Formats: sequence, C-alpha cells, structure tokens
Amino acid sequence: MTFAVALRHHFPTVDLDIAFTAPATGVTALFGPSGAGKSTVLAAAAGLLRPDYCRITLGDDVIADTRTKVWLPPERRRVGLVFQDARLFPHMSVATNLRYGQRRAPAGTIRLDSVVDLLGLENLLGRRPHTLSGGERQRVAIGRALLAQPRLLLLDEPLASLDAARKAEILPFLARLTAGLRLPVLYVTHAFEEVAQLADTLVLLQAGRVVAAGPLEDIAARADLPTARRDDAGAVLSCTVLAHDAARRLTTLGCGGVCLLVPLLAAAPGAAVRARIPAREVILARPNGHDLGTAISLHNIMAGTVRALGDDAARQATTVEVALGGATLLARVTPDAVDRLGLAPGVEVLALVKSMSVEVLARPLNESVISVPTRS
Amino acid sequence: MAARAVGCGLPLAVAMAWLLSRFRFPGRPLLNALVHLPMVLPPVVTGWILLLVFGIHGPLGAVLLQWFGVRLAFTTAGASLACAAMTFPIMVRAVRLALESADPGLEQAARTLGAGRLDRLLSITLPLAAPGILVGAVVAYATCLGEFGAVITFAASIPGETRTLPLAIYAALQVPGGEAVAARLSLLAFALALVGLLASEWLGRRLNRAVGR
Repeated sequence: MTFAVALRHHFPTVDLDIAFTAPATGVTALFGPSGAGKSTVLAAAAGLLRPDYCRITLGDDVIADTRTKVWLPPERRRVGLVFQDARLFPHMSVATNLRYGQRRAPAGTIRLDSVVDLLGLENLLGRRPHTLSGGERQRVAIGRALLAQPRLLLLDEPLASLDAARKAEILPFLARLTAGLRLPVLYVTHAFEEVAQLADTLVLLQAGRVVAAGPLEDIAARADLPTARRDDAGAVLSCTVLAHDAARRLTTLGCGGVCLLVPLLAAAPGAAVRARIPAREVILARPNGHDLGTAISLHNIMAGTVRALGDDAARQATTVEVALGGATLLARVTPDAVDRLGLAPGVEVLALVKSMSVEVLARPLNESVISVPTRS
Repeated sequence: MAARAVGCGLPLAVAMAWLLSRFRFPGRPLLNALVHLPMVLPPVVTGWILLLVFGIHGPLGAVLLQWFGVRLAFTTAGASLACAAMTFPIMVRAVRLALESADPGLEQAARTLGAGRLDRLLSITLPLAAPGILVGAVVAYATCLGEFGAVITFAASIPGETRTLPLAIYAALQVPGGEAVAARLSLLAFALALVGLLASEWLGRRLNRAVGR
C-alpha cells in the first residue's frame, strides 16, 4: 500500500510542483530548507489545506483528487498528524488525550498499553498537558495520533521546538516506534541528523520542487545533490553485524560486500544497524602496491572506484563519490588532492576510514521500494 | 426569574455566538445588528416591542395563548422573557469573545483525530470557552436582577410575580415613609451584586486552572 502524492499550488513567494511515492512501510523523510513546501505536503495529506491541484492515494484508495472533486475531510481520512507544537488538549489529562482519537476510530491493532509502553508514558497518564516538558508533550502527541489507528502517519518537525537534550531523549523512542510500524510514515524535517537516524527513504525538496527521491543510502551518497554540500554530509550505509572480537574490542560490520571495523558494539551478530560515515572523515589514496595495514592506526582501507565528483565551491572542496562493491561512500577532499591523485570517474582509489569516525545508529534501514530517478 | 432568563437564554446565546463567529453567510451583519439591538435601544422600547409581538393580541402571543394556553405578558415568565431579551447581547458578546480567542490549532488537531464539527464543538471548543461563557452568564444574571424598563413595560410590576428588585425599590419610594424599605432592598441588591461578582471571579479562576491556563 504505497502512498503517492502529486500536488501543485501557487503561493505568493513560491510555486509548488511536488510529486513522489512513499513505500508502504518505513519512514519517508521530506527534507529541505524552510519554504521548500514540506509542510504544505503534510497539510494537504491531512486535508487541512486544499492545493490548486492535488491527487493523493493510499494503495488503491483515492483520498483526494481535485480533478474528480474527491476531497475527504480531515476527520474522515484516518491520517495521523503530529504537529510541531504537540497541540494537546489542555482541559484533558494525558490519558484522555491519548484516547481522544481512539474513541472516534474503528477498532484497530494499535493498543493503548503497547503505545504507553513504547513511548514510556506510564508515569504521565494522570498529568495535565501544561505540567509536561516539551519532549513529554511530543511523545503524548505521537501516541495520541497512533491510537487513532491511522492509515498514514505524518510528523511535522516533531523535534524542531525542542532543545538538543530533549531531542536526544525522544529520538530513540521515535526510532523504536517507527521500526515496528506497518504503515507509511512521512517525516518532515530540516535537521539532517534526524534524517540519518530515522529515514529509510528521502525526498529532497527545494523551492517547491523535488530535487531527488529514493532510498536514503542512495541519496545521501550522491555528490551532485545539495545534501553533499552540508557540513554533516556523508554516506549512510545499511549494515549487518558480522562478528565481535572482544579481545581487540572491535566489531566487524558487513555492508554491500565490504567489511567495516568499528569499536565493539552491543548488538548481536546478525543484527541490522545503520552506519554513518561523514564525508570529511574519509581519506582517499591511490593504490601503489604497498600494504599500509600494519604501519597505520587506521583499520578500514577499502578498495573502490571513483564514480562522480561534485564541486563544493563555498567550502573550497570537492566531494567524491566512491563505489565500494555494493556500498557508496562520500569523501570530501581539497581540489588540490583531486589534481594530485588524478581523481576522475573510473579511477581506482583506496578509501581510508577510521573506526572511530563511523557512527553506528541503532535503527536499521528498511528495504525501500521507491524507484530512484535517473541522474540527468 | 433571573435564573430562568439566563438558563433559557444561555444555550441560545451560545448557539448564536457560534453561528456568528464560525460561519460567513449573507445577512450575517444584519443578524449581528439585530442581536445587539436591545443593548442600544431604550429598554422601554424593547419591552414595548415584546408587548406588540408576545402580547395576547400580538402575532406570537395570540398563537401561544390559543394553542398552548400560555400567556407571557404581565406574568413571571414574561418578566423572564424581557430579561432574556435584554441580556441576550451581553451573553452573545461574552461567548463570542471566548470562542474567537480559542486556539484554532486545537480544533485542527481534533479534526485529524476524527472529530466532526459538532463533536469538536462539544469536546474541545465549549469546554475551553467555559470561563468566558460563565462570566457572560454571571454578568447577565446580575443585569437581570436590575432590569427595569423592559420588565415594567412588558410584565408590569405585580408584587410577588413580576416585581424585580429595582421595581420594588421604585415602588417603595413612591409610598410615603417607604425609604426604610427602599434602603433595605438597596442593601440586598448591593449584597447580591457583590456575591455574584466574587463568585464569578472565583469560578473563573477555577475553570481557567481546569483548562490549563
């Protein structure tokens, strides 16, 4: 049951023309600067805003089509929406807030006790919303939306109004929650950190257009996209825990036929994790026959091929896409290094990555079924 | 009498305030003006209009008398009607203010959770507007106690039936040596007004706490 959106809308400052398809399960992140049209997409999907043209389908169900004058009102869409500012009902307790949508929805599979458990709400049930912290409020809002048994869950920058500590507190809840949901989740954000942690599919928006859409692994590793010119640019790899070496205090991860050594993890062998490798932490070298292995502190020396180069003029840098078997890395180097090593598409290189530079994130990447647009 | 006037008038006032604040329809400005008319018209004129409409020979009054045997003019019920008419704009204004100051975002949230229009009104909008509605009702109640012009015109000043406090005070002052009675009644009016205002303040604070403000 994929979720498909196509909409066009004229705003005084920007013309939106957005179309994408999100897979049936997993988190699809709508990522882009403010004013790109992210929130408009959510408002249209929830039925709170009616664009000039809009067609929204969930599987075979048409929930909106302005051409055939189909427009389900928000209260009949069964689309859960979590607002940036939580919007809990101030005159009800947390428990009554949680049950508000549930009481109005057909019986479903999402139960109160499992939501309370998953979001850690046991101690909040009798409290009033104004006594909760921002992070607690947002957790209640997410639970309330889920209990309305939605067919689609929309999250509109749920962490944007929280400080860094609160964000760190709520991210694991979101990761756990979204990993277990069997419905499409649309997550609007302008924080790449959240995308790297939570998203499976990425839709990149800019000035009302879709710049790129596809599995997070593919999009995050593209040198030609705006994401490659961010400070925190870098590949996100889908990995499996292969083995632990307790004596050397190292864990071996397998991703796309490449092995990656990282500091010892708690996850059991066979577990799926995601690993983020920041582009500025990757060193490139030309193979010259010498084995560096024993003379260097670094563990990960991986042979690959340069696939593409992207200019990052603002940073006096060049972003290099390196294909390593089934995985792709992003490396940020100086243009001078590109000249000295003669880097160009097709050239063989070694990618050097410190074990300490690999960020292992608990939430695994889902199998994405979205199609990747061909590169122009 | 005042309680009956507020009790019957309040639901109508809430409905009217909702209509005026949430819907745009042709004739809305006219309806709005009509609702507020009793506030600016001399009370005697309002009373006389009521007498013309609800008097035993008036178009509505005759129907009520013939079909239901109900007579409003010069009865306690009539005094309530006169008070309700006079305080209706006060209540509508207070309720409307409360409804319009409510956060539309909460209603949007309720919508996405599957609540229809009437459901939202009953579960979200009205409970949140309760403090404002209460203040409107208390002010209306106090105004009823002091109503003079419309009541004397429509329901006269029948002791024990339609005589409101100010009517009684006025009647006492007409009688030689009635100053003592008038003074006692005035003291009563003073006490009632004070208790009413204090009670509304206290209730309002409690309700505000209940809705988390």
